[in-house]
Amino acid sequence: MSKRKLKNAHLPIGECVSQVHQILRERFCRHQLPERPAGLEAQHKHLEELLKRTAVHGESNSVLIVGPRGAGKTTLLRCVLRELSKETEVQKNLLQVHLNGLLQTDDRVALKEITRQLHLENVVGDKVFGSFAENLAFLLEALKKGDRSSSRPVLFVLDEFDLFAHHKNQTLLYNLFDVSQAAQTPIAVVGISCRLDVLELLEKRVKSRFSHRQIHLLSSLTFPQYLDRVRAQLRLPDDFPDGSFAEEWNASVKSLCEDGSVDEVLRRHFHSSTDFRSMHALLMLCLSRVSVAKPAIRPADLLDASRLCSADTKVNMLRGLSVLELCLIIAMKHLNDVYRGEPFNLQMVHNEFKKFLQRKSNSMYNFEHPVVMKAFEHLQQLELIRPVDGSSAKTQREYQLMRLMLDHSQIMEALQKYPQCPTDIKQWAASAFA
Amino acid sequence: MAGLLQQPGYEEERLQRISELLPCREVQAGLLLSLMGQPQQYCYPSIFIFGHRSSGKSHVLNVLLKELELPHATVSCVECVSATLLFEEVLLSFFGSDAASLLPRSPSLSDFVRVYRLHRSQFPAKQTRYVIMEKAELLRDAEANLLPALLRFQELVEDNVAVILLSEIVWDTFRPNTGCFEPLLLHFPDYSKGELQQILSRDRHPSYSAEFYSSYINILLGVFYSVCRDLRELRHLAALNFPKFCEPLEAGKVKETDTHKLWKNIEPHLKKAMQTVYLREVSSLQWEQMQQVEEHEAGALRGLSAHTHVELPYYSKFLLIAAYLASYNPARTDKRFFLKHHGKIKKTNFLKKNEKTSNHLLGPKPFPLDRLLAIFYSVVDSRVAPTASIFSQISSLVTLQLLVQVSHDDQLDAPKYKCAVSLDFITAVSRTVNFEIVKYLYDFL
Repeated sequence: MSKRKLKNAHLPIGECVSQVHQILRERFCRHQLPERPAGLEAQHKHLEELLKRTAVHGESNSVLIVGPRGAGKTTLLRCVLRELSKETEVQKNLLQVHLNGLLQTDDRVALKEITRQLHLENVVGDKVFGSFAENLAFLLEALKKGDRSSSRPVLFVLDEFDLFAHHKNQTLLYNLFDVSQAAQTPIAVVGISCRLDVLELLEKRVKSRFSHRQIHLLSSLTFPQYLDRVRAQLRLPDDFPDGSFAEEWNASVKSLCEDGSVDEVLRRHFHSSTDFRSMHALLMLCLSRVSVAKPAIRPADLLDASRLCSADTKVNMLRGLSVLELCLIIAMKHLNDVYRGEPFNLQMVHNEFKKFLQRKSNSMYNFEHPVVMKAFEHLQQLELIRPVDGSSAKTQREYQLMRLMLDHSQIMEALQKYPQCPTDIKQWAASAFA
Repeated sequence: MAGLLQQPGYEEERLQRISELLPCREVQAGLLLSLMGQPQQYCYPSIFIFGHRSSGKSHVLNVLLKELELPHATVSCVECVSATLLFEEVLLSFFGSDAASLLPRSPSLSDFVRVYRLHRSQFPAKQTRYVIMEKAELLRDAEANLLPALLRFQELVEDNVAVILLSEIVWDTFRPNTGCFEPLLLHFPDYSKGELQQILSRDRHPSYSAEFYSSYINILLGVFYSVCRDLRELRHLAALNFPKFCEPLEAGKVKETDTHKLWKNIEPHLKKAMQTVYLREVSSLQWEQMQQVEEHEAGALRGLSAHTHVELPYYSKFLLIAAYLASYNPARTDKRFFLKHHGKIKKTNFLKKNEKTSNHLLGPKPFPLDRLLAIFYSVVDSRVAPTASIFSQISSLVTLQLLVQVSHDDQLDAPKYKCAVSLDFITAVSRTVNFEIVKYLYDFL
């Protein structure tokens, strides 16, 4: 073992870095399954036992996995399914049907997908024949014919479960839950949803057939645990081909997590969200800076990545506006201040702008009305201002009422960052606070 | 700056060529390339790139993907009026035409994913496939499930594929209310003045020196930069006005180095261009012709907005004037303006107005038909019978969109109208019938 390690320990550095990229990218982007889902032992055990009872003993079950986005719902289910598939009995026995609320937008499409995934007899090649009613009747009959002892159990996974509740009459959900209640083919219905009030969406008859078993994935993470998670996500596995590089890398990750400034940045991220997805996005940005010249993540990389993640997008857009457009935005801000958030139109804005020009007696920005209107329309195109009502054809463009979609602090921040902002405009913007 | 792009897995000289093709965008291209990683590695499932118009978003992506020969499908959301076209385009560019023909007639997203998976298992991705959606803001108006599905497309088809969205609008307005997979946000900042100068100076005229052209660009930016930062617009304006800039040089009046005289010659011309050709009042062709014809003063040509003047019948003109007066004057002042013997009106009460209530700021107010006719009879000197032709002229003014009918509840009984013409237009109309409209407008007393 040690001999092999020694032999492998001399991979060129470029090879090592590309291996690091390969491994970590699969982890962050493909959401490769971890060994055990972290912090979800109880839920994992619960779900595993439930599905095992269906797969082995032929019990019919229904369960909802509820949690916010990026909390690891799909990962949990896939982990459990992976564990189950290791047992030969289950592997032989269990049929799986995966549906997604985003794809199967109505019951007809969902039904076709079910028949296709179950490889039922009326499927020829890749086409499904028969009308919706025939299909449903056929499927129900096939499910009803079975009984607990002889037929193979079916696992239905409904991703984005809340979208299935918007189908007409909730026919699919009703039938699935109905079969799971009756002593027919054993099925397990697993719904995955991010809405906590998902049960309120169900009709009464559907709700009464549901077992009301819910698995909540509400994170109760503390900051040290979060830090551990970051470290675990960045760690290279033990079977990395170049042992010494992996050791170096893991040591650098460890020292990275102990750095003071990194701690501060991670704490800020932890306070804004604790889910895996935003963490992966942050780490992905860090990883993209790792190259042959720089084969480790440095604290500065993390700071840059966090700055990229948390930048205010609207301020960024404001910085690219022309001086005229910026002036119009300041005029709108003044109108908002004076008239307490009443909507405005182009005439008022232009009038306010003209007042500024008169006060300054500065003809540099003395633009014609159509030029101002073009700038105003550009702002509308960028959705920085929005019409109050949609009836655009009825009123003239000058008199259409608009609302500003920015707040004070954004405008002031953008003004401060604006490259070569004229001083008089800066003063004009600040004058409203006096 | 060349050689700043570095990414293992690609040829050096190609990267070199790319960095020459992308002036002032090395940082963004480098970041994008490092996110994309080596061709066989996984890319982040969705990337959202935003920035102002013509800040090089699609240009950078197109150059990167074309030069590096990565499999990609570029889809413009303007062209894809239905999702079917989008599906066909993606399948066509990844798997060829036989894949696209497998789609049923009105395919759902489910069909698309199924066909994609079928082909993916036959031709697994050796390199990351990229789907680029241009003008992604239009995806918000498409079916509600399209955008969330595209954002997690990698997960749905289990393939090495990344979706890149390009838009001018910030991500915050895209997010559906039940949330979605959050893409990585990348901002393409605007070109600064120096960068614009650098890029615009690249397409110089071969018969003149580089310094000469770059001084021209400098003058052009001096006039237009405070109004417009759109590279494409500026480039267009630069191309249009360059012949005029060279005129004194060709006539032999000045030398190339005499910047001040050249500036004096071109500056008023450029200012005029801002009022005409920048607003598309005068088309580019007309503008070029105007420059060639010497005696023709630039801008003397009537622009588009001058053509809005329409010839109307005599009574229609008065009807329009009456409608304008009814729209922009408060009803309580009608007695003072239009009655001969109106008695005494308290001056303080009459002139109690502040700026906020000025109708020329707030826009036209609706008025009933009766008031329109009353004002009409008052402003027309002769006696007019309320014939059918008068009423039909009112409705023809509505079809010409000079008047707007406001409430649609009743066509016959007391319909309400609004006047939809500008002050310039109505003064022009009233001048033709010798009527001084400004005297009768409350806002200008």
